[in-house]
Amino acid sequence: MSGLPVPQHILSPRSVMAEIMNRSGPVQRDSAWAVPLVVVATGLFYVVAYLFVADEFPFDVGRDIGYRLDVWLDWLKDNLGPLFQAIKDVIVWFLISLEDMMLWFTWPASIAAIALVSWLLVSTRMALFSASSLLLLATFGLWESTVETMALIIVTVTLSIMIAVPLGVWASQSDRLDAVLRPMLDAMQTMPSFVYLVPAIAFFSLGNTPAVLATLIYAVPPAVRLTNLGIRQLPAETLEAADSFGMTRRQMLLKVKIPLAIPTIMAGVNQTTLMALSMVVIASLVGAGGLGLDVNRALGRIEPGNGFLAGLGIVFVAIIIDRITQALTKKQQDALGSE
Amino acid sequence: MSDADGQPALRIRGLYKVFGDADREGLELSRSGQSKDEVQEATGAVVGLRDINIEIAQGELFVVMGLSGCGKSTLVRCINRLIEPSAGEVWIDDREITEMSDDELRETRRRELAMVFQHFGLMPHRTVMDNVALPLEIGGVARRERRERAANALELVGLREWIASMPNQLSGGMKQRVGLARGLAMETPILLMDEPFSALDPVIRRDLQDELLALQSSVQKTIVFITHDLNEAVRVGDRIAIMRDGEIVQLGAPNDVVLNPADAFVREFTQDVRLHGMVTAASIMDTSPEAMTGPTDERYVVREDAVLDELVPAGLSATQPLQVVDGAGELVGVIPLQRLARAMVSDEAAAAIAAE
Ligand SMILES: Nc1ncnc2c1ncn2[C@@H]1O[C@H](COP(=O)(O)OP(=O)(O)OP(=O)(O)O)[C@@H](O)[C@H]1O
Ligand SMILES: [Mg+2]
Repeated sequence: MSGLPVPQHILSPRSVMAEIMNRSGPVQRDSAWAVPLVVVATGLFYVVAYLFVADEFPFDVGRDIGYRLDVWLDWLKDNLGPLFQAIKDVIVWFLISLEDMMLWFTWPASIAAIALVSWLLVSTRMALFSASSLLLLATFGLWESTVETMALIIVTVTLSIMIAVPLGVWASQSDRLDAVLRPMLDAMQTMPSFVYLVPAIAFFSLGNTPAVLATLIYAVPPAVRLTNLGIRQLPAETLEAADSFGMTRRQMLLKVKIPLAIPTIMAGVNQTTLMALSMVVIASLVGAGGLGLDVNRALGRIEPGNGFLAGLGIVFVAIIIDRITQALTKKQQDALGSE
Repeated sequence: MSDADGQPALRIRGLYKVFGDADREGLELSRSGQSKDEVQEATGAVVGLRDINIEIAQGELFVVMGLSGCGKSTLVRCINRLIEPSAGEVWIDDREITEMSDDELRETRRRELAMVFQHFGLMPHRTVMDNVALPLEIGGVARRERRERAANALELVGLREWIASMPNQLSGGMKQRVGLARGLAMETPILLMDEPFSALDPVIRRDLQDELLALQSSVQKTIVFITHDLNEAVRVGDRIAIMRDGEIVQLGAPNDVVLNPADAFVREFTQDVRLHGMVTAASIMDTSPEAMTGPTDERYVVREDAVLDELVPAGLSATQPLQVVDGAGELVGVIPLQRLARAMVSDEAAAAIAAE
C-alpha cells in the first residue's frame, strides 16, 4: 500500500498564487497563438498598404489609423445607443438601490451588521477589527464614501461572477475556447486601464457605469482562470467513479465537477474582489464616487492628510472583504476535506 | 459454474491495451509476440494488456491476481470502457460493449456494470448516504427507493450509523466500505471489484467475504474480483487468473492454480497460501490398480474432497493405506500412509505429490 493519494482538487493558496503570478507576463506559452497572429496581421497590413496606399518602403501612415478606429467607435455609439443606455440603467439602478439601503440602515447599524458577519464567518478578532476600522471611517466623515465604494465593489463583483463563472466552466469543457480565451484574458489584465476608460466614457458618458465596466475588464480574468483551473484539476479517480455510473456530461458537470471546484472558484472571487478594489481610484477618474474620488480630489487639491485617510479607508474595506471571502473559501474546503 | 444455457455473462476476446503516444506501433509489436519490456524499449509505449481471452459464466466469481503494475486495474477498466481497449472485443451476454455508442454504454453502466474502486472514488461533497445513492440517482431510481437501497447496503457493510457523515470524517477502511456499499446498492448483474477489501482489517474482511459469497449465491451475481491476497482469492474465487506483464499466465480453479503452478512465477506467487486447506484426499491419492487392489484399512474410509487436515486423525491411527471414496461411496483411490506423512511434512512436498 503506498498510502492514499495526496488531495489535489483543492488548490492550496500557494498554487493559486503561482497561477496568478504565472499570468503576470503579457505573452506566455499558452497564449502562443497570439504571437503568429500579430506577426501575420502586421505582414498582411504591410503588404496591403504597400500595394494600395504607399509607394515607398518603409512607409508611415502615422496616426491616421488610430483616427479611423475612432470613427468605428462613433458608429457603434450612434447605432447601439439604446443597448448602452439599457446597460447603464441596470447598473445605476443596482448601485443606487444598494447605496440607499445601506445609508437608510444608518452607519451604526451597518457597522454592527458587518461586525456580526465577520464574527460569524471569521473570528472575534476580525469582528473587532471590522467594527473599529469602520467606526473610525464614520468618525472621519467618510461613511458615505465608504458605502459608495462598497456598493461599487459589490455590484462589480456580482457582475464579474455572473460573467466569469459560466465562462470559466465553458472554457474548462472546451480546449478551443480555453486557447482563445487565454491571450484575451492576458490582454485584459495587461492593457493599461486608461485605454478602455476612454471608449467607456464615449459609450456611457461620465459616471458609475464606465467605472463598473472598466473595473470588470480588469477584475474578471482571475475568476475565469480559477474557475477553469478548478474544474480541470479535479482528481481523476473521482471523475472516473462518476463516469462508471453512466453519467452524462451535463450530470458530471452539475453533480460533480462544479460542486468540487467551488473552493477554487471562491478563491477566484476573492482575487476578483481585490482587483476591483485596486481600481477604485482609477474608476473615480471617469466619474465613480466613493473613497476613490476622495483620494483623487485630495490629489488635485494637494491635501495629503485627506488623501491618506481615504486611502486608509480603501485598505480597511479591502481587508474586511478579503478576510470574509477567504473565510468562505476555507469553509468550503473544510467541508470537502481531503478525499 | 457453467450456466444452464451455456451463455457466458462476460466474454473477452483478443483484448489489448497499449498506453502512450506510440500505441499503434506498440500494439503491432506486442501482437507480433514481443514482451512488454521489448515494446517499451522500442517504442516507449507501455503494454497494459496483451491478448486477453476470458469467458466468465453467469454467477461466477472470477478472481484476477498479479503483482503491482501487471494490468489488473487496466483489465477491469476495459470491461466497462473506463479505459478504451486498443484492440479486441468485450461482450456482455450477446452485446458487444466495445462496439456500443455512448448512449448504449451509459445505459449499460447504469443497469449492468457496477464497479468498486481500488481508491474508492467517493464524492467528497456528498454525505455517505448521498454517495451510495448517487449511481441510483443517475439511474433514475425514485428518491425513496434509492435511500432505502442505500441504507440497506450501508447496513450490510456495517456503516448504518455513518449515513449522515461526510467522507473525510471516515477512516480509509470505512471509505472503502462506502465504495463497496455503493457498488452493491446498484444491484447490477455484474460487479467489477478492484481490490475491494485491501484497506480492511482481517475481521471485517472475512465478514465481507462471507457476505459477498452469500450474495453471489443468492442472486447469481457475476463478479470480477481483483486482489493481491492469494488466501482471499482461494477463499472466494470460483476460478483464478494470474497475470504478469499484461498477460494471463495461468487460469484455473483455486486448487489447480495452487497445486499445479504453471511456472516458476506462479509458484512463487502461490507459495504463501496455506496448503493444508487446499490439498485434498483426491489430490494425493494413489489410483494405480496395484495400489487399489492392495491391502487397505477398512476402518478408515475418507471422502475424496476431505482436506489434508481432516486426514490427520485417520492417518495417525491407521495401520494400512486409507480408502478414498467418491460421493456415491465408490472406491476411487488409496492413500499409502507414507505418502500421507510426506504430504504433511511440508507444503512443497504436498504440492510435489499432487503434481506426480
Ligand atoms: N494512463 C496510463 N498511461 C500509461 N500507462 C499506464 C496508464 N495506466 C496504467 N498504465 C500502465 O499499465 C500497467 C498496468 O497498470 P495497472 O494500473 O492496470 O496495474 P495493476 O495491476 O492494477 O497494479 P496495482 O496492483 O498496483 O493496482 C502499468 O505498467 C502502468 O504503468
Ligand atoms: Mg490496480
